[in-house]
Amino acid sequence: MAALAPTTQQPARDPLTIDGVELGSRLIMGTGGAPSLEGLGAALLASGTELTTVAMRRYSPAESGSLFQLLADHGIRVLPNTAGCFTARDAVLTAELAREALETDWVKLEVIADEHTLLPDALELVEATDQLVARGFKVFAYTNDDPVLALRLENLGATAVMPLGAPIGTGLGILNPHNIELIVSRASVPVVLDAGIGTASDAALAMELGCDAVLLATAVTRAQDPALMGAAFRHAVAAGRLARKAGRIPRREHALASSAMEGRAEFL
Amino acid sequence: MDTLAVPAVQYDVAVIGGGVVGHGIAWEARRSGRSVVLIDDAPGTGASWAAAGMLAPVSELHYQEEGLLAFMLEASRLWPSFAAALDAETETGDASGTGYLPTPTLAVGVDPADRRALADLRAVQLASGLAVEPLGVREARAREPLLSPGISCAFEIPADHQVDPRRLLARTASLLAADSKFTAIRRRAAGLLWDNGRVAGVGLAGGGQVRAAETIVVNGLGAADLKGLPPGLSLPLRPVYGDILRLRVPPALRPLLRCTVRGLVRGVPVYLVPREDGTVVIGATQREDAPAHAGAVSAGGVYQLLRDAQQLLPAVAELELLEATARARPGTPDNAPLLGRVAGSGGEETAGLIIATGFFRHGVLLTPAAAAVCRQLLDGKPDPRWAGFRPDRFAAHQDSRLPTDDRTTA
Repeated sequence: MAALAPTTQQPARDPLTIDGVELGSRLIMGTGGAPSLEGLGAALLASGTELTTVAMRRYSPAESGSLFQLLADHGIRVLPNTAGCFTARDAVLTAELAREALETDWVKLEVIADEHTLLPDALELVEATDQLVARGFKVFAYTNDDPVLALRLENLGATAVMPLGAPIGTGLGILNPHNIELIVSRASVPVVLDAGIGTASDAALAMELGCDAVLLATAVTRAQDPALMGAAFRHAVAAGRLARKAGRIPRREHALASSAMEGRAEFL
Repeated sequence: MDTLAVPAVQYDVAVIGGGVVGHGIAWEARRSGRSVVLIDDAPGTGASWAAAGMLAPVSELHYQEEGLLAFMLEASRLWPSFAAALDAETETGDASGTGYLPTPTLAVGVDPADRRALADLRAVQLASGLAVEPLGVREARAREPLLSPGISCAFEIPADHQVDPRRLLARTASLLAADSKFTAIRRRAAGLLWDNGRVAGVGLAGGGQVRAAETIVVNGLGAADLKGLPPGLSLPLRPVYGDILRLRVPPALRPLLRCTVRGLVRGVPVYLVPREDGTVVIGATQREDAPAHAGAVSAGGVYQLLRDAQQLLPAVAELELLEATARARPGTPDNAPLLGRVAGSGGEETAGLIIATGFFRHGVLLTPAAAAVCRQLLDGKPDPRWAGFRPDRFAAHQDSRLPTDDRTTA
């Protein structure tokens, strides 16, 4: 019998395009919570990320040898964020600061309601999105997993909507997969699952639900071995994306043999 | 001797930087019989002025920093004799001493996730041969009755002690000041002097120079700005700001605590260090933002510290707030110090120069070990265990770039 031709094929190139920029990785990383700059660098490299978000209120772009230098050294694009902002006004000022310092229109808009839940404040978020779009920013809106709000943000001109899986830093995974699917099914801008990811399977699930990318920080930076966890997420996001494109089988209540009975040899 | 003028003598050792580590190195160099000059225009006003002085190799263990742990344990081992030498002729409680106290540390958590995080860390601490004993909340509160009933766990760490960095500095400086073979020059070092391919001393800002057989660079973040560093050497230091509070305990609440308490409050670390004089130190934030000036205290930082400290110890609300201080720690990419000699352009060791900076969160703890390392280097007998802290270790892989392998599959 002739040897079977190898059936493994390289998956086609599948970049994520946002605002005309192609990103080879669908994993967007955050930086908060890293134990050391070197450890963070190793984790980012292992994750394969090409876009990483940095809190403008926590890190000074002016400092040499800082986080920004690390990202530049590794060729990773910076997505400044407005973490720590509680009002639309705060967020707009922080975004302007980021644009001036980093020369990018991109901003991850985070307007937090309170420090106990760190949940987005929907009203301030809408207000800030409106103002930032008017000022020419490309807004990546971090939002609740609310399909109505997600669509509103898109209609206001958000470049991407980023619903949470669970509150920031909790590692609880995707608490309402149905809402995430709904958001994806109605969106015509990229949907990025942001916040709440605990481990690799959560990220794979987000991609299987149809998200265009996953954003996470704590799950990697606070892992015991951040570089190993970064590699795990690289593979998880890729696996989830492939599974989504491959088309999963329907869920059935009853068993169905994987090899059908037809065409088998009959022994009498 | 303490002077602004520049004596025209040749010293055995010049120390640039008069913080806790600089003074410790100067003290050790004098103990080896060498004449020493220490150069700093404002000694003891940098990170040393802020530091809480926890000598905590066990509770400061972080995942994947086992290399640093060995050095921290070595420092911890040296501390009792280092303190005893400095504290000779003083009693415990004598304000002229260093304030060294071998009292234990309690590590406590607030919510179930904090308990889990401390238990996970304990597994690594035990695997490294460290002692971390589970106490139980009731036992912890029997020892420290003012601890909140709301804590979720407590561990005792017998090996984590404390010293008072301000007293330590004052004590070391006063012993050195009384020493005829020691000189303190209150001027800022501008750069290194070179002579026949070796470092021959220190050039001072505003003119003047100090000549020395060996120069030790111990001025924290300022080290990277010195002129005349060996060609090709860049010291990857960055400021990691911290806010820290000092409070007075009213007599009715004393003792507020007997041990140092380190808490994890919903994932955020905070510590309370009780002093012999009835004050307590609460710290510390970690910020890499752009403050208005290096000593600018963050209101949000102060709020966070008081909020979290009160979660552990409700009586914190009854204390008198004496002082809020912020300083920059000299951070390095791997959180380990830049300590040792460095290669010159030809690959050979640069003669006459030792670097000792980048102690980050651990300057006070690491002082006796850094002093011992410098003495070994001066004696020409370096300990190979600490070769990994070479200040030029980052030069080789500065050009690392993203690998370009299977990245298209994601």
